[in-house]
Amino acid sequence: MTATATATLHAVPADSPFRRVARKFFSDRLAIVSLAAILLFFLVAVVAALCTWKGLPMPMSPNATNLSGKLLPPSAANWLGTDNLGRDVLSRMVGGSTISLTVGFVAMAVSLGIGIVVGAISGYFGGWADNIIMRLVDALLCFPSFFLILSAIALLGPNIWIIIAVIGLVGWTGTARLVRAEFLTLRESEYVRAARALGQSGRKIIFRHILPNAFAPIFVTAIISIPDAILIESGLSFLSFGVPPPQATWGNIIADGKTYFLDAWWLVVFPGLAIFSASLAFYLAGDALRRAASAR
Amino acid sequence: MSLLEIHNLSIRFRTDAGELDAVKRISFSMRDGDSLAIVGESGSGKSVTALSLTRLLPSPPAEYAGGKILYCGEDVLKMSDREVRKVRGAGIAYIFQEPATSLNPVYTIRSQIAEGIRLHRPDVTDIDSEVLRWLGAVGIVDPEKRMHDYPHQLSGGMQQRAMIAMALGCRPRLLVADEPTTALDVTIQAQILAELRRLRAEFGMALILITHNFAIIRGLCDRVAVMFRGEIVEYGDTESLLKNPQHPYTKALIACVPQLGIKRARLRTIEF
Repeated sequence: MTATATATLHAVPADSPFRRVARKFFSDRLAIVSLAAILLFFLVAVVAALCTWKGLPMPMSPNATNLSGKLLPPSAANWLGTDNLGRDVLSRMVGGSTISLTVGFVAMAVSLGIGIVVGAISGYFGGWADNIIMRLVDALLCFPSFFLILSAIALLGPNIWIIIAVIGLVGWTGTARLVRAEFLTLRESEYVRAARALGQSGRKIIFRHILPNAFAPIFVTAIISIPDAILIESGLSFLSFGVPPPQATWGNIIADGKTYFLDAWWLVVFPGLAIFSASLAFYLAGDALRRAASAR
Repeated sequence: MSLLEIHNLSIRFRTDAGELDAVKRISFSMRDGDSLAIVGESGSGKSVTALSLTRLLPSPPAEYAGGKILYCGEDVLKMSDREVRKVRGAGIAYIFQEPATSLNPVYTIRSQIAEGIRLHRPDVTDIDSEVLRWLGAVGIVDPEKRMHDYPHQLSGGMQQRAMIAMALGCRPRLLVADEPTTALDVTIQAQILAELRRLRAEFGMALILITHNFAIIRGLCDRVAVMFRGEIVEYGDTESLLKNPQHPYTKALIACVPQLGIKRARLRTIEF
């Protein structure tokens, strides 16, 4: 085979369904804006994490107290004001963004991984396996998940990794149901029958033939479960079941600030805005992806 | 030894609405290179028969109620899943009715044809040239370019050719074509049928053609089995069966094929 022929063989194909969805997604202005917002949050979180990890100097440490300058309103020195211990709110929010995004992404990854495997087995094989798994899912869904998380953390202690694991372990049921529903439809499709007629194994059919076709709805739920996890973590921190102090998170800045709300509105409003805008960005991005994927 | 022997095969569907005998005690056999048409109307059990050959029917609800399916002397119904997977593709390969939906939309036709080759012919090292060979064999123009296309970029006729290339790439001893031209328009139908005829002559594989249309089997299949309500009601050599059908259902099926040049007040329909 000639060199040019080999080169074209390895060239990226021009019109894969994934590319078409990506093209639709990136031609949506709302999608671009929300993606840019997500990337901005991500960048801030990564820089903050790197600074903490490497011990690099930050303009202001999130945990440095200054009792003579407590509860100061936003100014040139403290852009978003200071809290009751004189800590800089902006610095605390930047530090907290690392926690919030880590919780969001890792919890999503945990629940996505479990949800895909469980849902795929349930939907593809059906029968008694499906029955047992779905009854288990029903049972889990009967518990109010927030209280399940609360009691688990009360038992295991408020460590960030435990919080992430618990949020992820509670959140997979929705993904599993969605994946199962997709598999129930797709396993009857003609190309799955064709793959079986070719002698392909069940595992290959699940991962090679069905999963890529269920990619869009799975990816959409994954994106939308990120703000869910962030909100749960904020809620936990607000109830002081979250990440222990002095580590800042968006939720516990609000929790600490709520006592001083009438005198120092900035303690509640700015971290609240951060939670709100990050969640909104993820929801909008997920929604834009749904639109891009359904407009085939 | 026969390539395929079906003895008294019965298939039953167990549903909430009750039991249904889709196939009732049918028997036939094929040797390497044979060609058989299974003709019948919708619901006569012909597709069920075809799918049962490699246990492709979902069970439940399908149930093999009796009989044997011997592939090279071994009963397919008694094989382990692993053994059946070896028969699928390499032994008995399929082409289905709807080429548009039988190809996976997220892969190029190259990777779909390569899949069968990798699965059944591990000794093939140059996959790409093998894919090109089969795309060329089924009459796809400019295969170097077309192999990187996704299914939606191909026309219906091209998609069906790609499906045939996928099946042939496994080098099956028996090709089962389940209504391969029903979803295609008439000129493409003729092309695909001509292609099947040529490929069968070239590679000498056996062929089972499932169809409801008597018009397309002449010249492609040596023998015909007519199925009606799950039974083979007539079985024989194509030419003599077309000239001299015995069973009233066969006569009716032949009569309802419109023919050019013959004036008839009304086209006959089947009412049984």
